[in-house]
Amino acid sequence: MPEKKIRVLIAKPGLDGHDRGAKIIARALRDAGMEVIYTGLRQTPEMIASASAQEDVDVIGLSILSGAHNTLCPQLMKLLREKGMHEVTVLVGGIIPEADIPALKQSGVAEVFLPGTSTQNIIDFIHKRLASAR
Amino acid sequence: MSDSTKKVSPQRLAWEKHTLEPALSKSPERQKEFTTVSGYPIRRLYTEDDLAGWDPARDLGSPGDPPYARGIHATMHRGRLWTMRQFAGFGTAEDTNQRFRYLLAHGQTGLSTAFDLPTLMGYDSDHALSEGEVGKCGVAISSLADMEVLFDGIPLADVTTSMTINSPAAVIWAMYLAVAEKQGADWKKISGTLQNDILKEYIAQKEYIYPPEPSMRLVIDTYEFGVKHTPKFNVISISGYHIREAGSTAIQELAFTLRDGMEYVEWALRRGLKVDDFVPQLSFFFNAHNDFFEEIAKYRAARRIWCKAMTERYNSQNPRCWALRFHTQTAGCSLTAQQPMNNVVRTAIQALAGVLGGTQSLHTNSLDEAWALPTEFAATLALRTQQIIAHETGVTNTVDPLGGSYFVETLTNEVEQGAWDYVRRIDAMGGMVAAIEKSYPQREVAEASYRYQMAVDKKEKVIVGVNDYVTQERPLDILQIDESVAQRQAARLRKLRADRSSAEVDRRLTALRKAAEGSENLMPFIFDAVKAYATLGEICEAMRTVFGPYEEVAVT
Repeated sequence: MPEKKIRVLIAKPGLDGHDRGAKIIARALRDAGMEVIYTGLRQTPEMIASASAQEDVDVIGLSILSGAHNTLCPQLMKLLREKGMHEVTVLVGGIIPEADIPALKQSGVAEVFLPGTSTQNIIDFIHKRLASAR
Repeated sequence: MSDSTKKVSPQRLAWEKHTLEPALSKSPERQKEFTTVSGYPIRRLYTEDDLAGWDPARDLGSPGDPPYARGIHATMHRGRLWTMRQFAGFGTAEDTNQRFRYLLAHGQTGLSTAFDLPTLMGYDSDHALSEGEVGKCGVAISSLADMEVLFDGIPLADVTTSMTINSPAAVIWAMYLAVAEKQGADWKKISGTLQNDILKEYIAQKEYIYPPEPSMRLVIDTYEFGVKHTPKFNVISISGYHIREAGSTAIQELAFTLRDGMEYVEWALRRGLKVDDFVPQLSFFFNAHNDFFEEIAKYRAARRIWCKAMTERYNSQNPRCWALRFHTQTAGCSLTAQQPMNNVVRTAIQALAGVLGGTQSLHTNSLDEAWALPTEFAATLALRTQQIIAHETGVTNTVDPLGGSYFVETLTNEVEQGAWDYVRRIDAMGGMVAAIEKSYPQREVAEASYRYQMAVDKKEKVIVGVNDYVTQERPLDILQIDESVAQRQAARLRKLRADRSSAEVDRRLTALRKAAEGSENLMPFIFDAVKAYATLGEICEAMRTVFGPYEEVAVT
């Protein structure tokens, strides 16, 4: 039987409209055989949490370039916990100062990908992470 | 003209046989294909064979004369250097006012305002959706009171100001004009640039509020108002910058920007404005990316296309309409988070392309902008980069030093041709608004951006410090904006709402709403509301109740 496809939700929280990165990741993951849902722009943490629950995704990828990550990420992580979605892997990509990364990981973010990351690195990370969880 | 139909000179044939072939058989070239950063193929050598059919009198002309390939002024940078205009804005109006004064004190010659995301989206700093975003990507401006602080001690009669604002452009401009009025500056004399380019928001930057139709109405309202009241103000900066940042090629940047320009012209004509009256107040804004010659060819082609469009497509009789004036910003998307000092070098070379391409004003990015807004140190270094190009390199000593280069002229021709092909395609779709509604430019840009990323991932394109020459590094010291900015803004808004006459605000917002339902020019109504200290959020919301919001179809 073919293995179940990995399901990923790519979202852009906050007011920022710079969606180049989010779209590239969505397409690269799709080309790598994953099922990708791209939410489009300006999603609140509530919208992202309920879309993730509804779509039953394995991975949530957040693209944030506006500096609002310290506000938006903890809000989303709290909502996911409230929904009992402890298994979902949350990844953050974008412009994130290195000093902010430990706190984001503390809040439950699995990994933060900075500018210059190759799409293959992200694909590999997801495969490894989900393989060890299964 | 394609390669196959080209006549090859005997000299060229002889060189290929006797010099090139032996050289290639001894040591082959490094790559099979050479392409620009946009993926455009570049040939081994350009000679006069490539310029068959090229007429220097027609296609090059003289500086200051049509088709302006060599620049829009007779003396170009010998006469006047470009305006050094560094984009700045962060935190509260007080924070940015200080940065403005600092930049002016260090030899900057014009101001350029970056607004934060809530302002760009028409939300007040205390709106729920503003949480976490206040003062982060630019300065937070929620009302005329903030604008008064932003330009405190800066005489708007003497300084030209550029404002990067689009969907709420009419409101922010009204605030600026109100400050100018309070300072006693003559509207007929003040000068600056409002970005006000909504089309590229739908294509690339995605900071839109309303659907295209009412948004275009607001843009044309500002033209009409500007022609009448502020003849020296650029009422729009038709921008390719963001299209390129979203991942387009150079030809797409050029084509979509110029076709956007034509779209604005056509909507204004339908309003009853006359080409020769309003086009002199339109300006352009391009990116300066890494590929030096491709960028220079792009600027030269831009001037030729606009001149042709004005004279042939719109029958303009006023030479002030024919000459395309533009601002340049170095490519933010080319900056790397890795080895950030390398960005100083990238920026210097990109800026040089802008200068050699004949720019009228220039912003150079700071080395730390792949991480955050620039520190004062980084912003100063970026300004110094321009000053070094202007005063030390000698490139300003003569007009269009690259004019007549086989390569530059051929590339200019090819880039222009590529752009016209797109223009024709968009014309056939019924214009740019129709093309945007079909997601055509959005899809073209997404395709190009994905192709580029794959080329970088496969190392077909080397990015120093990212996919080659990688080293371990220490983090940079960067500018951090804390949440106290949001608290200070919220307090200021509470005070504003308590101090103003809410009856007067309501009355003026109602008048604006009523006018929005009809077809009157909205600028006077917006101006009235601004002067009563109605907030940006209130004014944008009043129009949103009439115009509705815009939701895009996301293309991936």
